[in-house]
Amino acid sequence: MGSFGHYLATHFDTLKAEFWFLFVGGVANGLLYAMVAVGYTLVYGVLRLINFAHSEIFMSGGFAGYFVLRAMVGATVPTGFMSVLIIVLGIAAAGTAGAAAATLVERVAYRPLRRRRAPQLAYLISAIGASYFLFNLAGKEFGHLSVGDPQPYINHTVFTIFGAPVLMYDLIILVVSVVMFIALDWLVGRTRLGRGIRSVAQDAETASLMGVNIDRTIAITFIVGGALGGVAGFLYGLNIGVVYNMGFVPALKAFTAAVLGGIGNLRGAVLGGLLLGIVENLCVVFVQAAYIDVVAFGILVLVLLVRPTGILGERLGRTA
Amino acid sequence: MIRTFFQRAPIRRLLVVLGVVAVVELITGPPGSNQYPTSGFTGSYAEPASFFGMFRTQRWLVFLALALVAWGIAEFWTRYGDTIRARGSSALAGPRQVSERRPVRVGFALALLVLGILLPHIVNDAFWQSALVTYVAIYVLLAIGLNVVVGFAGLLDLGYVAFYAIGAYTTAWVTGALPTPPPFGHALDAFWAIPFAVVFVVVAGVLLGAPTLRLRGDYLAIVTLGFGEIITIFANNLYGITGGSTGTKQIPHPVFHVGPIKYAWGLAPVPYYYLALGSVVLFLVIFSLLQRSRVGRAWTAIREDEVAAESLGINPLKFKVMAFAVGAASAGFAGVITASADNFLFPSSFTLVFSINILVLVILGGMGSISGVVVGAIIIQVVQAYLNHTPPSGYQQPDLYIYVGALLITMMIFRPAGLIPSRQRRREITLYEKSHEGHPDEVLLGDDV
Repeated sequence: MGSFGHYLATHFDTLKAEFWFLFVGGVANGLLYAMVAVGYTLVYGVLRLINFAHSEIFMSGGFAGYFVLRAMVGATVPTGFMSVLIIVLGIAAAGTAGAAAATLVERVAYRPLRRRRAPQLAYLISAIGASYFLFNLAGKEFGHLSVGDPQPYINHTVFTIFGAPVLMYDLIILVVSVVMFIALDWLVGRTRLGRGIRSVAQDAETASLMGVNIDRTIAITFIVGGALGGVAGFLYGLNIGVVYNMGFVPALKAFTAAVLGGIGNLRGAVLGGLLLGIVENLCVVFVQAAYIDVVAFGILVLVLLVRPTGILGERLGRTA
Repeated sequence: MIRTFFQRAPIRRLLVVLGVVAVVELITGPPGSNQYPTSGFTGSYAEPASFFGMFRTQRWLVFLALALVAWGIAEFWTRYGDTIRARGSSALAGPRQVSERRPVRVGFALALLVLGILLPHIVNDAFWQSALVTYVAIYVLLAIGLNVVVGFAGLLDLGYVAFYAIGAYTTAWVTGALPTPPPFGHALDAFWAIPFAVVFVVVAGVLLGAPTLRLRGDYLAIVTLGFGEIITIFANNLYGITGGSTGTKQIPHPVFHVGPIKYAWGLAPVPYYYLALGSVVLFLVIFSLLQRSRVGRAWTAIREDEVAAESLGINPLKFKVMAFAVGAASAGFAGVITASADNFLFPSSFTLVFSINILVLVILGGMGSISGVVVGAIIIQVVQAYLNHTPPSGYQQPDLYIYVGALLITMMIFRPAGLIPSRQRRREITLYEKSHEGHPDEVLLGDDV
């Protein structure tokens, strides 16, 4: 017992010393999880299904961004306006690729089943099939080895929080994700389109009687979620690099985040993502790096068993 | 004008067929790389090819011809398919009735069993003899076990590999091949791993099932997937217990030694084939008896409508946990046989990919149909063994998963009940379709929306 107390004491000391450093990294990771989690939550809202192929939407965004960077970044690391331009182009390409992949998945793996009023198991299986097809096809076309993204900016420390450096990379994630979350909140809460999405989430049949085009609404939901997922894939790739199966673990964690915040709840997804990112990063102090994924899965199982509706609760079809 | 042209049904079908064929061309083409991202695509379409070695041409022309043929067949089928199908089913009605009689079915099963026993002597080829064990028999065993969980009880388990891993690691533990000391202080024979493995996987099934099986179907899939990953992470990192990422290479071959009977398995694959065949037959008998028992009917009831089943006095949790544990048992068996036949095990062989592969075997044949699952598993595994043994040009091993993914989607769209659906499922589907006749264009959403 004494040794365990010692273990905790020393590790808490490390935690105190490293807290802000880990916190900044955790927020950056958490925002990425949140961007992917929002995609899960949106699709869950309109279809009551977990989109198993969302990890491949993330991956296609990563690759689209990678190819833009390869084409734009030369021998020297760009600075200033060039950096901004390249990143904006990368985001646009990744968002488009993500939206395209999401549309493809919806058209091929979901819509035919919807027509046939298939049981839930059939949707899950065809989505797993779509995921398998896409990531292994990416492996075939782009090789099975991981490759680093060319750096489109100099990753220097912009400022510090309590001595912890905030890098350019963290700042880019923060700006991009916050802009996208605000845009999404406005889209779902304030526009005609968002009203359509919310009405389908609440009661699809009634919504269709009121003149909402269900097929179109579902397609647009996939596009919005796919664009966010694709951009997240690009931002993730900037740091880690891209590989054909890069989507698997981040997507699983993002799903955990969506459940943690309350699935179907957009603000919950963001909260859950941030929380998971931070908690996971702080756990680095206590467990070996190899077991970090176990922590995330453990949180998932715990949430599902103790409070399956998540922190903010399931909110299907109500504002945000 | 152009719009209406494209909206005509045959033209739309032509476009779909062209799209599908273009995808097939891509996935069967040469691989690309991240340094030349377009090379895979250009290679797939522009690579030189020939029609049956006659005309020299390019791949895309060959596939265009293929697409036109496929389109012709599709048009023919839309026009005459119903008549052909009706005639076929009336012609088959007699034989089908005969085939559903009990003596005929038993006789057929016995004939297949005899064929199974003679098979290693019919295929007198070293690769195929060992493929019968490593590719076919083990996977049939796994598939019929997962069929209990997915097919009978309707629970999507994406962590099935965990039970297989537990079986394999138990073998290594019992025979003293792990850093952990074996039970009772001394290494036992691999054959004794079987009871240990079965107990462990059943306990693991109950431990995993009891808390998680309360969850909805899609949550269950994710949690089991997470469980499978956790097992892999632990196997990879607990060096002192599992041997870590290098696994172990010292598992002895099994020896059966009870009283005067003693038989030792060696390096030859055929005896393992008989061991695996025996286990397959054992589990086939157990599972088909279970399916027809009260338990099997309870599983069906839960699968079709859990609330209704509960209102009839069936405790869903109890039967779901039972399905988990029973299904896990055959995976444990398979783990023992693989570990002792291979002599080694690596954590890298127990990944998510593996669980999905088993799921594919179950779906192709028909979830819930025992004969279907066996046939489906044999078909896919023989194809896989063939592709790995004699790969066609441009084929890499991971490409198989592209085909697998495409197969899953296609099955769910066109034949969700599988190649050989169980009689019960077939009746359910016909009844369902009859009750929905005349409403093909309804705005249809999932049942639970």
